[in-house]
Amino acid sequence: MSMQQDLAPTTGDEVIQNYTINFGPQHPAAHGVLRLVMELDGEIVERLDPHIGLLHRGTEKLIEYKTYLQALPYFDRLDYASPMAMEHSYVLAIEKLLDLEVPLRAQYLRVLFAELTRIKNHTLNIAHHIIDVGAMTPPLWLYEIREDIMGFYERASGARMHAAWFRPGGVHQDVPLKLLTDIAEWLDDRMPRLFEDAMSLVVDNRIFKQRNVDIAIVSKEDAIKWGFSGPMIRGAGIPWDIRKSQPYDVYDRMEFDIPVGTRGDCYDRFMVRVEEVRQSVRIMKQCLQQMPEGPVCSDDRKVAPPNRAEMKQSMEALIHHFKLYTEGFKVPAGSVYVATESPKGEFGVYLVADGSNKPYRCKIRPTAFSHLQAMDFMTRGHMLADTTAILGALDIVFGECDR
Amino acid sequence: MTHSAPLIKTPDGTIESISKAMGKHLVSIEEANGEVAVHIHCDALVECMIQLRDECAYQQLMEIAGVDWPDRDPRFEIVYCLLSLTKNHRIRVHLTTNEDHPVPSVTSIWPVAGWLEREVFDMYGVLFSGNADLRRILTDYGFSGHPQRKDFPLSGYVELRYSEEEKRVKYEPVQLAQDFRNFDFLSPWEGADYVLPGDEKSGEGAGNGAPPPPTPKTTDTAAQTGAGNAANKEAVKRSVRKPKATGDKA
Repeated sequence: MSMQQDLAPTTGDEVIQNYTINFGPQHPAAHGVLRLVMELDGEIVERLDPHIGLLHRGTEKLIEYKTYLQALPYFDRLDYASPMAMEHSYVLAIEKLLDLEVPLRAQYLRVLFAELTRIKNHTLNIAHHIIDVGAMTPPLWLYEIREDIMGFYERASGARMHAAWFRPGGVHQDVPLKLLTDIAEWLDDRMPRLFEDAMSLVVDNRIFKQRNVDIAIVSKEDAIKWGFSGPMIRGAGIPWDIRKSQPYDVYDRMEFDIPVGTRGDCYDRFMVRVEEVRQSVRIMKQCLQQMPEGPVCSDDRKVAPPNRAEMKQSMEALIHHFKLYTEGFKVPAGSVYVATESPKGEFGVYLVADGSNKPYRCKIRPTAFSHLQAMDFMTRGHMLADTTAILGALDIVFGECDR
Repeated sequence: MTHSAPLIKTPDGTIESISKAMGKHLVSIEEANGEVAVHIHCDALVECMIQLRDECAYQQLMEIAGVDWPDRDPRFEIVYCLLSLTKNHRIRVHLTTNEDHPVPSVTSIWPVAGWLEREVFDMYGVLFSGNADLRRILTDYGFSGHPQRKDFPLSGYVELRYSEEEKRVKYEPVQLAQDFRNFDFLSPWEGADYVLPGDEKSGEGAGNGAPPPPTPKTTDTAAQTGAGNAANKEAVKRSVRKPKATGDKA
């Protein structure tokens, strides 16, 4: 009898303990294999400890055992929501070490497809953010855009996702003219129609705003301290974009605006991405207008392979082809850190070359690492249901985070 | 400069102002491939980083990378990539350490360093003193070893599978159906560190590391059978007996 009384405390002397729950590793709103260990006080998140690494594949280690060209496809598999943006940093790092000139048409093609990739990534993230806070229709429409983009990917590279199309020295193959005209038509008509339709449902939606406005406010100081980049730092109000400040390829010829948030909350981060999609459309249109004719890969035969037709005629071309696909090319010793503006933020490659045909060390700087780490302080004091909105606005993909 | 990688212009006087701010902690500073690399002493890291952040305006820490150089002493190189949002410039800060000597943590300056240091610890086993949460981050729960070290095999040591009999996930030593093949594609004519078969004598004069020709095997005495001590003794006995036998016949 007395035992029972001990177990059931009466009003006044009750002790409520915080409890700890697991969010994930298999949870549809965890955007992959993320395990969040959360300490809750009722429904308020007191502490949050993200456990990552469940998708760790040792990419950096594998790259050390491959030639420079063989290592390229690993980059598609990092952030599989924006594959070509991952390749971009890597090929630029190699070109920087080699000091290799890239033909102008290839630079335009790369920028065109990097921006296409940005739309691809943002439509996915926007869709998932919306679906995480409870809306169903806009994601379905946004997935149509994504499907179109995968079609363009396939027509350029032969693969819907893992393109391996950016190569040291340029791009792998030229695109058919019809693809460029189709992209232009798509940008003029179908893409804005689908996108603006979907956005008209959420941007001013009362429920969507209730779930996002004033959630996880990040100040400018915090954004700098926590190493934010991309839409996360712009959402906090700092106009920082590597495409503008440290332009690569032909971004210095493009006219575009950088959207900046005013409050630094989830809604701002969402809106920054929405506006970036529109700016990407602008950049792509300029690319299509300005794109010159010409070669799409460097003519330095010690780095870039000759084309097929040349190989049938020239012995030297055949030898070059054989050497490049067996031994690969050698990169002079040295180290560079090259960071580009991937859709998710600063995606960097720290490449150490020892003069051989394989990278001595290839450190990949994922965008997710700094953003996910900040989730603890962003989520503290918020409700459990806000975690999904915060996570959605972080834009995390685990292929890249865990490597 | 012909490449099209992100354009970073080093402002005039950067190297001078950084070397002044680093003072006696500076080991060397250089600009290569258009990037400034500052080498500093490991123990002075925190003071140097505060100087770089406050005096030189490198506000953001973007990345901490480890590099393993097994032939060097100390073995590990830790690289901090800093970004200045106001000067629009990047620098790298390098320091060296070994697995016994902890690196001071910079989590007090940049909280983002927490996970970045955890990753270097996980991958290389470099310790960071002052990091309150130095757990493994990317590898499996209960993992041992530091996979990014050059002496860690690519395949690792254990593999796991779901055992249908025991109804649980089992860890077992790695068994490769085929030996790991690491092809050497480097041209044997340029800088290979081995001698081509049949090419052994070519380098004798140049002394490029060709092995000396093997000493020809000789048998000056009967005891040198080359088949071990027991055989040698036996051979000596026989060779002593032999003249007797011939003497008998004669």
